[in-house]
Amino acid sequence: MHLVQQLLFVMVLAAAVYLFARKVREIRRNILLGRDVSLNDNPGERWRNVLLLAFGQKKMFRNPLVAVLHFFVYAGFIIINAEILEIILDGAIGTHRLFASPLGSLYPVLIGCFEILAVLVLSGCAIFLIRRNILKLKRFIGHDLDGWPRSDANYILITEIVLMVLFLTMNTADQVLQSRGSEHYIATGNFWISGLLTPLLNGLSDSSLMALERGCWWLHILGVLAFLNYLPFSKHLHIILAFPNAYYADLRPKGKMENMPAVQKEVQLMLQPELAASEPPAEGIPKFGAKDVQDLTWKNLLDAYSCTECGRCTAACPANITGKKLSPRKIMMDTRDRAEEVGRALNKQGTFQEDGKALLRDYISEEELRACTTCNACVQECPVSINPLHIILQLRRHLVMEESSAPAEWNMMFGNIENNMAPWKFSPDDRDQWVVGS
Amino acid sequence: MTIKTMAEYAASGETPEVLFWVGCAGSFDQRAQKITKAFATILDKAGIRFAILGKEESCTGDPARRAGNEFIFQMMAQNNIQVLNGYGVKKIVTACPHCFNIFKNEYPELGGNYEVLHHTSFLQQLIDEGKIKMTEGGTFKGRRITYHDSCYLGRANNIYEAPRKVLEALDAELVEMKRCRSKGLCCGAGGAQMFKEEEKGITRVNFERGREAVDTGATVIAANCPFCMTMLTDGVKEQGKEDSVQVLDIAEIVAKQLGD
Repeated sequence: MHLVQQLLFVMVLAAAVYLFARKVREIRRNILLGRDVSLNDNPGERWRNVLLLAFGQKKMFRNPLVAVLHFFVYAGFIIINAEILEIILDGAIGTHRLFASPLGSLYPVLIGCFEILAVLVLSGCAIFLIRRNILKLKRFIGHDLDGWPRSDANYILITEIVLMVLFLTMNTADQVLQSRGSEHYIATGNFWISGLLTPLLNGLSDSSLMALERGCWWLHILGVLAFLNYLPFSKHLHIILAFPNAYYADLRPKGKMENMPAVQKEVQLMLQPELAASEPPAEGIPKFGAKDVQDLTWKNLLDAYSCTECGRCTAACPANITGKKLSPRKIMMDTRDRAEEVGRALNKQGTFQEDGKALLRDYISEEELRACTTCNACVQECPVSINPLHIILQLRRHLVMEESSAPAEWNMMFGNIENNMAPWKFSPDDRDQWVVGS
Repeated sequence: MTIKTMAEYAASGETPEVLFWVGCAGSFDQRAQKITKAFATILDKAGIRFAILGKEESCTGDPARRAGNEFIFQMMAQNNIQVLNGYGVKKIVTACPHCFNIFKNEYPELGGNYEVLHHTSFLQQLIDEGKIKMTEGGTFKGRRITYHDSCYLGRANNIYEAPRKVLEALDAELVEMKRCRSKGLCCGAGGAQMFKEEEKGITRVNFERGREAVDTGATVIAANCPFCMTMLTDGVKEQGKEDSVQVLDIAEIVAKQLGD
C-alpha cells in the first residue's frame, strides 16, 4: 500500500515538474521574441535592486499597511515552502515527518513558525479578498480587469487560503494522533498553532483522524503542484519574475528616452554629406518604433509577464485619473496577451506567420497612446520595475515615423520646429525680443 | 542690464561662466518671458557672467521626440550640439525642466557633454554661497505657498529638494499637496500634450491639479516649468481663484524678494 502511494506521488511530482518546465520554456521563448538589448552593465547596482526592490519590496512600502500584509503573504509563502521539501521527501521515501528526529527540539519550533506564518498568510489573503470584492478599491474595479483577470486574482487568494487551512488541519490531526501515542505518528512536541486547535478534532476516532491527516497531506501537496502549474498562466507569475525584472530594471534616470542610432546616423549624413562617402551602405531598411511585440525589447516582454495587474500605475496615471482611455496596466496586459497569442501560433506552426493582427490597434488604440504625458508616474509606482512608458513611446514612434499618423496639431508643431526652430509659429529672429526692455 | 550673447563674448575673446539656455517657451511665450527676465535679473544681481545664444538658440527637439518624431529631434539636437560645441560651452543653466532633462540625459550620447543645471538648483547654490540675499519680511512672509513638482525635474531626475530649499529661505509657510514629490501629479503638458487637445475624458489634467493646489489654501503656487505655469494658471482660473491665488515661477519669487 505504501509503495503504491510512493509510486503515485513520484509520478505526480514528475508530471507537475515536467509540465511546469515546458511552460517555462515556452514563456522564455516568447520573451526572447523581443529585440535584443544589453542590460548587464553595473552588476553591483543590479543586485542591489534585486535585494531592495524584489526581496525587500521597497516600493510596496509607499503604502505601509498594504506592504506589511503583502510581506506576510510573501514571506509566509516562501518560508512555508521550506516545509514542502520535507513533504516531498516524505512522499517519495514513504517516511513521516522525516526531519523531526534529526532536528529534535528545533523541529516543533520550526513548524510553529511555519504555522504562525500560515495564519498570517491566511489573514492577509482574507483581507485582500475583502479589499477586492467588498471594499472594491478603485484600482481593483477598473475595466481592465473585467472577466478572467478579476477571477484570476480571486482564485489565487482563495487557493492560498485553502492551502493554509489544509496545512493547519493536517498538523492538528497529527497533534491529536501524537497525543494518543498512535503508531507511525512520532511525538514531535507541541506545534504552536495546531497545538491549540486539537480540541476541535479530539472527538474523532483514530482512523478518521488518520484519514483526515492523509487527506490533507495529499490535497495540500497536490494543491501546491497544481498551483505551480497555474502560475505561468496567471498574473501571479510575478512571484518568480519580479526577481529577474528587478535585476534588469533600467538604471538610467527615468527622463532618458532610448536613442535611435539608425535615425541619428541618417540625420548625421544629411547634415554632413561629406561623411557619406566613407559610410558603408546601410543593411536593409530599419524599422522605426514598434508595431508588434517582436519590435519591443525582450525587457518589455519580461515586464509584461512580470505584471501582477495591481494597478498602482493606472491609479497614478494623470490621463487615467482624468477619465482618458489610457491605462498603463492595460498596456502591460495587452502586451502579454499579444505575446501569448504569438506564442500559441508558434506552438502550432513552428514559425510565426503574419496573422493580420498586431499589438498596435488590435490591442492598444491610438487614442490610448496619444493621452500619455510621459510623466513617469507609472514607472515610479511599479513595485516590480515595469516600464509601461517605454512601450508607449515605441508605439508612438511607429505611428509617427512609419505611418505619418499624428494629430493635426502635432504635425503643425513638427513643421514649426523644422521651419521656425520652435514648436510655435514665431520668427526665429524674435527669439531674443524678450531682452528688449530687460 | 545688458545681456550678451555667446557670439558677443566670443567676439571679445571672453568666455562666460555659464550659458543661460532660455528655451522656446522662455523666449516666445509672454508669460514665460517674465520668468526669463526674472532669472536674468537674478543672475545679473549675483554678478554671474552669463550669456544667451540669442537667435542661434533652437528648440531642443523634446516635444518632437516624445510625440514620436525622432528625425526632427535628431536634426535639432545635432544642430544644437554643433553650435554649443562650437562655442566650447561647458556649463548650461535653463529654466525649463524639459530642456534640462534632454541636455542632461539625451544629448551626451549624441556628442553633447555639458554640466547642466536647472535654474532652481542654480538658485539654491547662489543662496548657499551667499551670492544672493533675500530681504527679510518681504512680499511672501507668512504667506502660504505650495510647490508643484514638475515631472521632468522630479521623477525624471530625482530633484525634489533644491526648489523646496529655495522656497524655505523665504520665511513663508510651505504646504504640500497630497500628491507631491515622487507622487506628484503631472500638470498635463508633458509628452507633447502642450501642443494638442486632450483626449476625451471626464476632466482635464490641469483642472485636476489646479483643484488640488487651490485646496491647500495656498495663495501662491510655485512652479519650476513654463509649461506647468500655463497649465496651472488655467487650472486656477477654472477654480475661479485667479484673483486670490497666484502661480509664480521660483525665479520670479526669488527676484521679488531680492535685497539690493
